[in-house]
Amino acid sequence: MTRHHLSAQQENERSSELRSYVVGYVLALILTLTPFALVAWSDLSNMKLWSVIGICALIQIVVHFRFFLHVSLAKQKREDLHLILFTTLILVIMVGGTLWIILNLYTRIMPSMLP
Amino acid sequence: MTPTTNRHPGINLGDMHEEASDACESLVFGFWVFMMSDLIIFALLFATYVVMLGGTAGGPGPHELYEMKSAFLETMLLLASSFTFGMASLALKYDRTKGQLLGWLVITLLLGLAFIGLELRDFHLMASKDGVPSRSGFLSAFYALVSLHGLHVTGACLWMLVLFGQMAVHGLDTGVKTGLLRLGILWHFLDIVWIGIFSVVYLGGLV
Amino acid sequence: MSYFLDMLLGRLDWDALPFWKMLQEPTTFNIINGTIVTGAASMVVLGGLALVALITWFGKWRVLWSDWLTSVDHKKIGIMFIVVAFVMLARAIIEAVFMRAQQSVGLGGGFLSAEHFGEFFSTHGTIMIFFMAMPFLTGVINYIMPLQIGARDLSFPVMNSISLALTAAGAVLVMVSLVLTPFSTGGWSGYPPFTESPYSPGAGVDYWIWAVTLSTLSSTMTGINFAVTIYKKRAPGMHLMRMPLFCWTALTTAILMIFGMPPLTVATALLALDRYLDFHFFTTDLGGNMMNYVNLFWAFGHPEVYILILPAFGVFSEIFSTFSGKRIYGYKTLVIATISIAALSFTVWLHHFFTMGQDASINAVFGIATMLIGIPTGVKIYDWMLTMYRGRVRLTIPMVYAIGFIMLFVIGGLTGIILANPSIDYQVHNTLFLVAHFHNMLVPGMLFGMLAGYNYWFPKAFGYRLNERWGYRAAYSWIIGFILAFFPLYALGLLGMPRRTVAFLEPAYLPWTIVAGIGALVVLFALFSLIMQLGVSIRRRVTYAVPIGDPWDGFSLEWSTSSPPPEYNFPVIPQIASRDPFRSEKDSGQAYQRPEEYGNIEMPANSALGPVLAVVSFLMTFGLVWYMWWLVIGSGLMGLAALVGRSFVRRTTRIISADEVRRTHESWLDQVARAKAITRADERDTTNQGLAASPVEGAVQ
Repeated sequence: MTRHHLSAQQENERSSELRSYVVGYVLALILTLTPFALVAWSDLSNMKLWSVIGICALIQIVVHFRFFLHVSLAKQKREDLHLILFTTLILVIMVGGTLWIILNLYTRIMPSMLP
Repeated sequence: MTPTTNRHPGINLGDMHEEASDACESLVFGFWVFMMSDLIIFALLFATYVVMLGGTAGGPGPHELYEMKSAFLETMLLLASSFTFGMASLALKYDRTKGQLLGWLVITLLLGLAFIGLELRDFHLMASKDGVPSRSGFLSAFYALVSLHGLHVTGACLWMLVLFGQMAVHGLDTGVKTGLLRLGILWHFLDIVWIGIFSVVYLGGLV
Repeated sequence: MSYFLDMLLGRLDWDALPFWKMLQEPTTFNIINGTIVTGAASMVVLGGLALVALITWFGKWRVLWSDWLTSVDHKKIGIMFIVVAFVMLARAIIEAVFMRAQQSVGLGGGFLSAEHFGEFFSTHGTIMIFFMAMPFLTGVINYIMPLQIGARDLSFPVMNSISLALTAAGAVLVMVSLVLTPFSTGGWSGYPPFTESPYSPGAGVDYWIWAVTLSTLSSTMTGINFAVTIYKKRAPGMHLMRMPLFCWTALTTAILMIFGMPPLTVATALLALDRYLDFHFFTTDLGGNMMNYVNLFWAFGHPEVYILILPAFGVFSEIFSTFSGKRIYGYKTLVIATISIAALSFTVWLHHFFTMGQDASINAVFGIATMLIGIPTGVKIYDWMLTMYRGRVRLTIPMVYAIGFIMLFVIGGLTGIILANPSIDYQVHNTLFLVAHFHNMLVPGMLFGMLAGYNYWFPKAFGYRLNERWGYRAAYSWIIGFILAFFPLYALGLLGMPRRTVAFLEPAYLPWTIVAGIGALVVLFALFSLIMQLGVSIRRRVTYAVPIGDPWDGFSLEWSTSSPPPEYNFPVIPQIASRDPFRSEKDSGQAYQRPEEYGNIEMPANSALGPVLAVVSFLMTFGLVWYMWWLVIGSGLMGLAALVGRSFVRRTTRIISADEVRRTHESWLDQVARAKAITRADERDTTNQGLAASPVEGAVQ
């Protein structure tokens, strides 16, 4: 069975999934190019640049999950969505906690190690 | 039109591949759980990298070592490979011939290999500027994080070769299909980790 | 030639032999220590040889290989996990006795060298956590959880076998460190910079790193396996809120393993990079920062504590309900409490290093988070007590452990709340008070739970009950021995005695250390009683047989099948309509029904991948410890080849015919029909064949 045996519905699904990949790719490109271009050519202040990089990265991660990994908020049997949200929670706790604790230690006892 | 039910992340084979679709529900979910566990490892290495930023010990820092151009090229290669793997997944789902699937996979593999080559060239250049892991805590953290990602990409390339081997022996059977679904998740996941690396390590360091 | 030998043996030298130092410098002190180590080493070597000889003598190699080692049956893997746990438990208890003995004569000296004492507390801790507690709870969950949710096996049976392989390889590595010494002296937590190569140059820390790494990888895989099984393989109708509480604790433990193990993987991997490749993560110079190790280690360490304790909570929930003859009180609150404990466990890790120097406000946040855990734990204690309230409590062996647990655990919990207060922690930090506290949580909590579960489910796994007399002796001597061995440590801690001290100059410590030493001997008797219990039970297995499979009038699904259960667990997958499904079946007279038809059952086929990876991972880590690079590369390639080779295999299942299933089930049903149902009064009598009489009219249920 080859392509032309697909039913109309499958043909529809195929093109909508293809569209989703293309949209995802274009969005990801924009979100990658923006921070690179800004860092290379703009003279924004460091703090502003870091914020732009951070925001673009977070949006791009969501874009990848949505368009490449097909994880969405749709009401389906979504253990995987719960899993991602829980992982994010743990990640925030562990990374946030580590930064908070260690950077605080630096300011108090090892100021030379502060970034 | 009712959309295919999503039973797991990544591409869902749906009712066109009933056997494989049933077999992979647990497999892909399990692999996804593993990815999340792996993600914690990467997250902690990111945190370690950030807290080690100050530990250059008089050695070279980000501005002396990082090269924007090659970081950009690596990013483009990996992003493109994510897209081409997406095309491969579509070919797997909708085309019953192997031609298109193999074509996209080979392109993906080449992009992955190019990425690894470029990264090794980066490391080599850094080493020539005294940027070796034993030089400072900062460089240790850099190499641990970035080369763990590189090792994952290498592992993913090897896995793809193994799947080619399986395809040659068994054809496009359920085992190969579920393997490709999981490899796809790994591939997209590695691209997501790379977003973190180019943002936090390269761009963050070069600001 | 010598170049070749160096290549072959790496840094392995005569010094590694346990008696070498004693021969080189034969002082009395060296001879005593050398004899102890040599004795232990010969026990390992002779024990290994005896095992090989016995297996050969009885011609059991084939059985061992095809029925056990290559088996991917969750029940057999569970049993093998528990065997590993018991062997390691025996070793770690003996080490504990040596430490207590040293401290009870430790005023101004004692008989152990500081190095030797350091190895004792390092191996004791490492073994108890990674090679006793983890395999024990993994084994129990492995055996029971699929039976309780009505599944035939775990989701990934071969991966389960690999988990066992890695744990076993790690355990063997720790055992080998007795023969080719030394082991680490850095404690079970292995803090740098002490464990960095300038301060600990030998093979000891490397043994520790790789043994722990193997265990960590094993537990991560186990966690994934358990979580996916519970999500995807429950029998129809077994909603999450109908699962037995043991399965709930298994699920939360699995989630904690998935997210709690990675920080340890990172911590030990970075330490290994420091030691092997001259990285600078935790070194004292060149931008290293040892505080991050402590942070990473405890980001694992605290979830780990709940990995250990939650399954025991699950076991106790089952036991309180069964032996009170009542459904569990407050099922929903117990579920919510379990989930809350699991979630909170990720937010408290800093309380292990309150004194490191961070802001008081950070300490306050983590201190309060720590105290919060007391609330859901308190809920559980009340629920268990209310389960017993107005129940018909039968003081069986599991129940003795359970009641001992409640009383002792509450005391340990209270000392935990005390320690959660940073200002108090500053005073007792790093003293024996802390040692008393965590033993007070883990011995009554974790170990009593597992031993209770072992007594409770043993008849299910082997088809006969355990001997009662030795069982009670073990249980009571555990409780008494624990109290004697650890309550004095609270006093010692408050007197200011630091933990991990080989000797001391303060005479006021002595009475307490002597009492603790006596307690250790009582615990040793408990270990002896456990061995006797097993031995006596095996000899009288026909008298104690409970083939029908329900010796305790149980509530959940595992009691509804024969003892031991068939490989496929259930002839047909049960339909679940309520919580405590087997209880409901018995109450409505629906138990032991003949199904309308039997179907073919597809089961996973045996696989040699597990044992192969066990050997490969042992050789690889052994090579890493002694710098035998050829061995590392060779075994690494072998492991890769085995994995790739396995991925080409397509026939991974085998079919058990409907006919065979029917025959097995019908012969068991005939046995059920012939068996005499007994009331709870005869539960501990030899008339108990595992068929429960319906309860007396009007009894509390």
